[in-house]
Amino acid sequence: MSGTLATVSYIGATILFILSLGGLSNPETSRRGNLYGMIGMTIAVLATVMGPQVTKAGYGWIVGAMAVGAVIGIYAARTVKMTQMPELVALMHSLVGLAAMLVGFANYIDPAAAGVFQGAEKTIHEVEIYIGILIGAVTFSGSIIAFGKLSGKITGKPVLLPGRHFMNLAGLLVVIYFCGVFINTHAVHDGMTPLIVMTVIALLFGIHMVMAIGGADMPVVVSMLNSYSGWAAAATGFMLSNDLLIVTGALVGSSGAILSYIMCKAMNRHFISVIAGGFGTAEGSAPAAAGAQPAGEVSPILASETAELLRDSKNVIIVPGYGMAVAQAQHTVFEITKLLRAKGVNVRFGIHPVAGRMPGHMNVLLAEAKVPYDIVFEMDELNEDFPDTDVAMVIGANDIVNPAAQDDPASPIAGMPVLEVWKAKTSIVMKRSMASGYAGVDNPLFYKENNRMLFGDAKKMLDEVLVVLKT
Amino acid sequence: MSLVIGVPRETFAGEKRVATVPEVVEKLIKLGFKVAVQSGAGDAANFSDDVYCAAGAEIVGDAAGLWTKSDIVFKVGVPTAEEVGLMHEGQTLITFIWPAQNPELMQQLAARKVTVLAIDALPRMLSRAQKMDALTSQAGVAGYRAVIEAAHAFGRFFNGQITAAGKVPPAKVFIAGAGVAGLAAIGTAAGLGAIVRANDTRAEVADQVVSLGGEFVKVDYEEEGSGGGGYAKVMSEGFQKAQREMYAKQAREVDIIIATALIPGKPAPRLITAEMVRSMKPGSVIVDMAAERGGNCELTDPGKAVVKHGVTIVGYTDLASRLAKQSSTLYATNLFRLTEELCKTKDGVINVNMEDDAIRGLTVIKEGSITWPPPPPKLPAPPAAKPAAMPAKAPKHGEASAPASGTSTAITFLVAAALFWFIGAFAPPAFLGHFTVFVLAVFVGYMVVWNVTPALHTPLMSVTNAISSIIAIGALVQVAPPVIENAAATGDRPEGWILGLAVAGIALTCVNMFGGFAVTQRMLEMFRK
Repeated sequence: MSGTLATVSYIGATILFILSLGGLSNPETSRRGNLYGMIGMTIAVLATVMGPQVTKAGYGWIVGAMAVGAVIGIYAARTVKMTQMPELVALMHSLVGLAAMLVGFANYIDPAAAGVFQGAEKTIHEVEIYIGILIGAVTFSGSIIAFGKLSGKITGKPVLLPGRHFMNLAGLLVVIYFCGVFINTHAVHDGMTPLIVMTVIALLFGIHMVMAIGGADMPVVVSMLNSYSGWAAAATGFMLSNDLLIVTGALVGSSGAILSYIMCKAMNRHFISVIAGGFGTAEGSAPAAAGAQPAGEVSPILASETAELLRDSKNVIIVPGYGMAVAQAQHTVFEITKLLRAKGVNVRFGIHPVAGRMPGHMNVLLAEAKVPYDIVFEMDELNEDFPDTDVAMVIGANDIVNPAAQDDPASPIAGMPVLEVWKAKTSIVMKRSMASGYAGVDNPLFYKENNRMLFGDAKKMLDEVLVVLKT
Repeated sequence: MSLVIGVPRETFAGEKRVATVPEVVEKLIKLGFKVAVQSGAGDAANFSDDVYCAAGAEIVGDAAGLWTKSDIVFKVGVPTAEEVGLMHEGQTLITFIWPAQNPELMQQLAARKVTVLAIDALPRMLSRAQKMDALTSQAGVAGYRAVIEAAHAFGRFFNGQITAAGKVPPAKVFIAGAGVAGLAAIGTAAGLGAIVRANDTRAEVADQVVSLGGEFVKVDYEEEGSGGGGYAKVMSEGFQKAQREMYAKQAREVDIIIATALIPGKPAPRLITAEMVRSMKPGSVIVDMAAERGGNCELTDPGKAVVKHGVTIVGYTDLASRLAKQSSTLYATNLFRLTEELCKTKDGVINVNMEDDAIRGLTVIKEGSITWPPPPPKLPAPPAAKPAAMPAKAPKHGEASAPASGTSTAITFLVAAALFWFIGAFAPPAFLGHFTVFVLAVFVGYMVVWNVTPALHTPLMSVTNAISSIIAIGALVQVAPPVIENAAATGDRPEGWILGLAVAGIALTCVNMFGGFAVTQRMLEMFRK
């Protein structure tokens, strides 16, 4: 395959990637979108392998490496539980970051790649390598930490070192200084020292950055890391003078950034404040906790009473949260939904944009349980319907139904749009205990008069509700 | 210490209801109260003393004994002077009072140093007050009974039938006023098979009328009749003229009119004139549910059913009491819900918490001092004012957010211009080509993704993740590049290292590539309508 043919194939692949992202914005076209993505990727890989930049000597290695990766990847995709999706996505981001690092190093030590550049071009090329490795390293370590937090291997609470902003700033200055050192070196082994120092700092920075972000902000972090992995690919593209990599990297990078932005909007937070971290920690919420401790009593309810309430209502809105994911309760929820709908109860689902630990997490779980998506509504679509709702059932969600966001300006989550479940005639909150949510904010909803608490594991409780409903 | 709730026998002539029923007695006892019932209190509503006794209530022989014994008295009707005389200091009375109509009674009660909760003074707009709303529950019963009375007086079937004995046309029923009673009447009449039409000055109830199987008849005149708090108001002269024309037309056409129109604090509007009654078909029926407040029909005789111009005009004022078992049960439940609110501790002691909007509204006399009328409750804004009260909505995805202020836009442009100048001045042409591509791609990504449905965030992220494995290309070209002729550059190429790094890179990205697409596929399979 000639060089021009390879370039034309790249253009084809680029178009397919754009169509893929476009298709993914609508459920009707989403499957086709994914197919476009696969075809685009196949074309890109084949065109590269067949193209002038790869000789026959490498085929064996390439096929071997791809086979190993493919087997692992497909196995993971088949076996992952839908509730573990955020972890998987975070883990995969880390792989892209790691690959970007490896490619950067390989490119640097390859004299064939560097040899053709002179003067300003050489400087730019070296900066590109430097930045590529930098972004790759931050993506890699940040994603690993995000994975650890999401899977519960690392505490979900923000871990804040004293003077963390100062440390980050110092890290940035050191990185910039070594960038200058790196550019001014001439031999490969001279440049290796600043490169490795920078990589270590970048890795530490990634760890530090994500450690400082609380669990409630994880949807933003996952989508931000997604964006980073795109920028890493784009930086690699600059390094290799490969337009396909640049375009695709930029597409992924900007779409990830937009997603993060949408997430932040949904939480009424500034992107910077999310990234700066420390949400829901002592320094942020101490005055609020003192000022607005919700008063009143919590009224518990039994599973059988819940079933009675549901059976006697006309309009029910179910608000799922991370607790439903943890308890794997989505199938039982849909069983209950089916039973109630058969009895003529209008059951709908209200999804908060940041419910769960990943953008769209709840939609995926409900889809897995085969809940038809025309009864699943976004917050804005049904928030005004709560006053006409008999029962609002909150399954393992907390911060997204917290009235303090509207009522208490001192609350750390003040101004965040929330589902107004307390306006329903009765709200039932299913929870393990009275512990506060991921944001660490107490919830006055639990103390409202029309609220009932159904304590226990969501799956177990819902199973009991289902049994009563069936009789 | 648990308080005694006393339920006397109703003294008002013809009142068949009772303030609590055996089923609710059990629940009250569970709240920690003792319950005493006057002998024979439930007889008219088919609840015998034995059943009350079985539910745990104590039966007291005479009214005087019961009033003396009770700390809290549940009643249905407005108390008589004699009953007020039986009250003692510190006692609490919960019943219908109508404080606006009965100022003297209020004075008498206050003189007794008692606490009085008027169930009719409930702030009905509070959604959590709905469970205690006895006006609604009783009006619903009355609306049902009104249709039954009409059917009783009407000489024909309600539903249309075609039988071997001939064809029967369906009855046409017109309901004036679609409040709680009106809506109950619509549902009942429609259930019996009649053709139901209804009118109300409040246009927003049209949907409710239709939902119950009725047809909403509009008055051909533009005016909004919602008087706040969910009640109707007095309408303008022009409107009333148009309304009379509409009623006259309906009177000629329909067989049954059920009139439920009331305006708070005012005599009932005269909607049906003697002329209209004359124009009705002989054998038609009018049930005037507003009879107690003067009636919607000119010819109504309150408390009686009369026949005038061949039309039966039913003016009973005790429709709810005529379905005593049902109305008592609902009323008892309303009072039980109120008791729950008063006794949150479930220890048989009540706390009349004046901080609570609902309780504050209900309490017309607190320990001898008149607390009626209450200050305007912090009501949710009526529907008309709602849009204004709503906080500014965050722009939806895909909608443009508010344009940035002039200054910040200007600053952004300046920074961008400086950046571009810097790049243009120093970067070599080859880099600029790539840079152009890069900037355009960023914008394409922005445009393409901006309108994504939130439901698809996860699949979108997982597909972009899969696509970011394009970085494999970078590794692929490093595995075995063609030998470059420049011998000086290729002389010391560390083949082993590069190959190792590149192969590792390929393997890692392939995990991502295949895994990412496969998992997206799996997720999207699940999205179905």
